[in-house]
Amino acid sequence: MTDESPWSVDRRTVLKTGVAVGVMANLPAMTNAAPPASKIAQPVNMTVTLRINNQSHALTLDTRTSLLDALREQLGMTGTKKGCDHGQCGACTVLVNGRRINSCLTLAVMHDGDEITTIEGLGTPEHLHPLQSAFIEHDGFQCGYCTAGQICSAVGMLKEAADGWPSHVSANLSAARVQLTDAEVSERMSGNICRCAAYPNIVAAIQSVRGVDA
Amino acid sequence: MIPFTYERATDANDAAKAASQPGARFIAGGTNLLDLMKLEIEKPAHLVDITRLPLREVEITNGAVRIGSQVPNSELAAHPLIRERYPVLSRALLAGASGQLRNKASTGGNLLQRTRCYYFYDTSKACNKREPGSGCAALQGFNRIHAILGASDSCIAVHPSDMAVALTALEASIETVLPDGSTRTLPIGELYRLPGDTPHIETNLRPGELITAVVLPAPPAGNQTYRKVRDRASYAFALVSVAAIVRVEAGRVRDARIALGGVAHKPWRALDAENALRGKPASMESFVNAAQAALAPAKSHGGNDFKIPLAQRVLTRTLADVAGTEAAA
Repeated sequence: MTDESPWSVDRRTVLKTGVAVGVMANLPAMTNAAPPASKIAQPVNMTVTLRINNQSHALTLDTRTSLLDALREQLGMTGTKKGCDHGQCGACTVLVNGRRINSCLTLAVMHDGDEITTIEGLGTPEHLHPLQSAFIEHDGFQCGYCTAGQICSAVGMLKEAADGWPSHVSANLSAARVQLTDAEVSERMSGNICRCAAYPNIVAAIQSVRGVDA
Repeated sequence: MIPFTYERATDANDAAKAASQPGARFIAGGTNLLDLMKLEIEKPAHLVDITRLPLREVEITNGAVRIGSQVPNSELAAHPLIRERYPVLSRALLAGASGQLRNKASTGGNLLQRTRCYYFYDTSKACNKREPGSGCAALQGFNRIHAILGASDSCIAVHPSDMAVALTALEASIETVLPDGSTRTLPIGELYRLPGDTPHIETNLRPGELITAVVLPAPPAGNQTYRKVRDRASYAFALVSVAAIVRVEAGRVRDARIALGGVAHKPWRALDAENALRGKPASMESFVNAAQAALAPAKSHGGNDFKIPLAQRVLTRTLADVAGTEAAA
């Protein structure tokens, strides 16, 4: 102790001391509020096999991991974006067994064996998906953050329309074929928010590939 | 999110048994439960995944249609039987949520979704539904979206489902399996509870009771419609919605079924309006009178004062439309 200079305190020690003081100051409140250590639930890991873009990935995950976080954090597939993380914005849209869903609002462990398609599975820089080309041609984005979700959603939406699914704005519920007017496209894409408000060009991009094999 | 253990159920009865344990919950689409778990409003210790149970069929037997509880909202809305025979249900489903959410949300889960009251979601605020006995911040708060019918001093939250409003007008029933292996059937009117002084108890389901199907009786004669009024044109919860089935013969209303959404703690069957309408001429005067009867017991809380006239007008206009009556200017 006497050998040490009283000034040889590095930044880390200062931070630790600061934290310790902070904890001390809060001690009375914490003893009331914090449950005993044995009652605090411990993370639970499980093993799951995810089929993503035709490739199998065996993963050991905390059960709390959303499909979105598994894609981004475990697999490094960052094409799928995290916007609100509460199913309100659609930036995280992926296709599961051919249908579009919000990957933030589903658990990775629930998708063992499902066929998952992300933006990385739709096209490559050399061979763009028709919708990717259309978004470029029609200037269907500004900042681009929502774009992967918009494109995955549009792929799912066009399949739903091809399957004859009606929408809120369909005048005739029983019509065998869907007429994809601009109003229909807007309604069917309402789960994808674009804060740059590129909506008119997004609709135009989607309309341009209608009938093309998307 | 609090850590939890997870199991995938392969049998409905086993699932009910597993979910009857303290801290256990079913998970199906997860679109509401996971949202609430992220905010630590829901804190299950164990999840029972029921999505792979064989409950995904829509089948017709003796004129009734039985919908498996795991049928996604999107597939149900698009099902030919529902589009042709129960258009009020297709319309209600299509008016709710987004394409992505409808693909995930299940029939059973839609019924059991929780309120979107801002104070229920905000864990720093008092909420008797989230924390029994803590009070209701909405009563004196920003209560624009809140209940005008059947509320209490404990809770003025509304049920958010569109689908359940249509099912109420259709007099659907709910089939369940209990942890002891027995089954029962509840009319939808007996599924939900008004808040009273126990707003945290929202349904009459017992611990572990699993919804296996929703059964629609043969559609009543008459025209069906669903109208929803909301703050934006798509992807928003109802301020007021109306499911109506009206049968007009020789210029008179022979029968009517009316349910309101966005106005109460449960989908609100407007029996007073139905009684006021039955046997009356299919005229604007009759529809106005029926709408007044439906809203006669309404009580507002400041921010939602507008909902009473809004509900009256939306109901009047919807009845005129479904009865095929020219609305007065």
